[in-house]
Amino acid sequence: MSRTVLEAKDINKSFHDPVTIQVLNGINFSVDSGEFISVIGKSGCGKSTLLYILSTMDTDYSGELIIDGQTMRGKKEAELARVRNEKIGFVFQFHYLLNEFSVLHNVMLPGLKLGKHPQQEVEHRAMERLKILGIDDQALKSANQLSGGQKQRVAIARALINDPLIIMGDEPTGNLDKKNSEIVFDIFKELAEVYHQTLLIVTHDQGFAENTHRIIEMEDGRIVS
Amino acid sequence: MNQRLILSIARSLLLARWRQTLVAAIGVTFSIAMFITLLGFMNGLNDMLDNLVLNRTPHIRLFKEIKPNPEQPVNLSGAFSNGYNFIQSVKSSGGRLDIYNSGAVMQAIRADERVLGLAPRVVAPVLYNAGVVDINGIVNGIDVVVETTLFSFNDYIVAGKAIDLKNVPNSILLGKGVADKLQAEIGETVFVTTSRGEQVPLKVVGYFQTGFMDFDKIQSYTSVETAQKLMGKSANYITDIQIKLKDLNQAPAVAKEYAHIFQTDAEDIKAVNAQFETGSFIRSLLSYVVGITLLIVAGFGIYNILNMMIYEKMDSIAILKATGFSGADVRRIFLSIAVSIGFFGGIVGLAIGLVLSLLIDQIPFNTSALPTITTYPVNYDLVYYIIGITFSIITTFFAGYFPARKASKIDPVVIIRGK
Repeated sequence: MSRTVLEAKDINKSFHDPVTIQVLNGINFSVDSGEFISVIGKSGCGKSTLLYILSTMDTDYSGELIIDGQTMRGKKEAELARVRNEKIGFVFQFHYLLNEFSVLHNVMLPGLKLGKHPQQEVEHRAMERLKILGIDDQALKSANQLSGGQKQRVAIARALINDPLIIMGDEPTGNLDKKNSEIVFDIFKELAEVYHQTLLIVTHDQGFAENTHRIIEMEDGRIVS
Repeated sequence: MNQRLILSIARSLLLARWRQTLVAAIGVTFSIAMFITLLGFMNGLNDMLDNLVLNRTPHIRLFKEIKPNPEQPVNLSGAFSNGYNFIQSVKSSGGRLDIYNSGAVMQAIRADERVLGLAPRVVAPVLYNAGVVDINGIVNGIDVVVETTLFSFNDYIVAGKAIDLKNVPNSILLGKGVADKLQAEIGETVFVTTSRGEQVPLKVVGYFQTGFMDFDKIQSYTSVETAQKLMGKSANYITDIQIKLKDLNQAPAVAKEYAHIFQTDAEDIKAVNAQFETGSFIRSLLSYVVGITLLIVAGFGIYNILNMMIYEKMDSIAILKATGFSGADVRRIFLSIAVSIGFFGGIVGLAIGLVLSLLIDQIPFNTSALPTITTYPVNYDLVYYIIGITFSIITTFFAGYFPARKASKIDPVVIIRGK
């Protein structure tokens, strides 16, 4: 029983500086719950741009974006922040952990922001997720004491804390060596298959993409397959 | 929940850069400490100078002035009432210097509930005899007990006891300047020549010093009765009535009223001492200006540090926004940082300001003008502390506002894609 969690309808985007270039041209697709999708394409084909539009962080586009049945058009900045907090988990190429906080606290932050559970509960959930990713023993370390692969796993745990509808990744393995890339991929695979987590991952790693359920290939601002 | 989370993030960011935080806080602390010290000290001096004048000055003084009679006979005559009469060379009439019906006047004033008290005075011009030389002077006949309670008369006595004026008959309390000229020791007798030409011996019971050299060189005090004797007048001869009101600000109105009712001249403290109020005001203003300037400088320090922090924390801001913190949340985080620097820096500043004030209060300060003051005066009014902390919070708020707004407008896409 799958339902549509995200739908893009005729999304167009242009950059105007210095000359107008259309980067996205009539993007139409939808993501069903439980899907593990990779978006591939050459550098500059607009796949990252698309991801940031889908993530609600970039609002400068035309067309319609529907997340969990709600259109994102005309929503205020604070409302979009709420949507990101509640429904979307992010994993970027760079881990973006806050060095001021412990690993555990980094994972907890979006959960605390959501405020759905009391602090103890959020802490417990954070530990659970760290355990799934096999880094619960690092929980109390400061974020900058971890290795690159570990950091990326913490970032994934952070993305999972609020049980998001969808996890978006922008080249999540782009900065990692082969071994760590594989670990991260296995984690994604496990999330998709064991926990039925919806994933939308932008990558240019062909090997990575081939192992996902569905590949969206982009070229010059269009979806080609 | 949200607020607590924001505060905890602000705290972590602050503590992660505790050296910067400390520098910013020290700026605030220093300026608040200086602000408190400066205002306490300035206002302490202000109060002292004001009291120097205000304590001794009656709120209202009733007296008779020698002046031309405003109602000249030609104006009173019906025959000349049709035109405007120009009268030249009008001379003062030989009026009386004492207040008419003084006993009844004093009784009426005492009954007025706006009045705190009154002190009668007899002003007697005399010559002090110092060997062959006569020195111009004025002897004031006063009621020592009333003067002490109403006008802090005791504060100006540098030798002897004021109460002896009442206890010792035919006694005199000399101004320090007069005493120096006459070389008169306490217990000795000095001679004064009254305006009627009589020489009267008076026993010196003490010296006073007001701080006004001209005053101390001329004036002396004696009892009302002795002064009346010097003038050769009866017991109801009173030249001045000095009135202290419960509320100083009523002085001009009450003075006008009394002048009308009692047909005397009346001076109020506001008219006489207008320049003192101006002086106090300017001094306060100066200290506020200096204090606030210091705070603004500290504010720029905070502004810089927050700006730097924002550049350093671009990534953190971007990820906070990506994971669901809104622009308003980010703004609140940075405002909390700024205001907590202001608050804690300010609190420590208040404490240091208090300590500095206490130190200043211990520094010896001896001046011939103020015999009863031995250390620098400091005002510990709570109001300055409240103003200090309020200003430190307001300044840091504004110093933090613009960097915080900038942080709130950071576009996470630009930061994250820029990597």
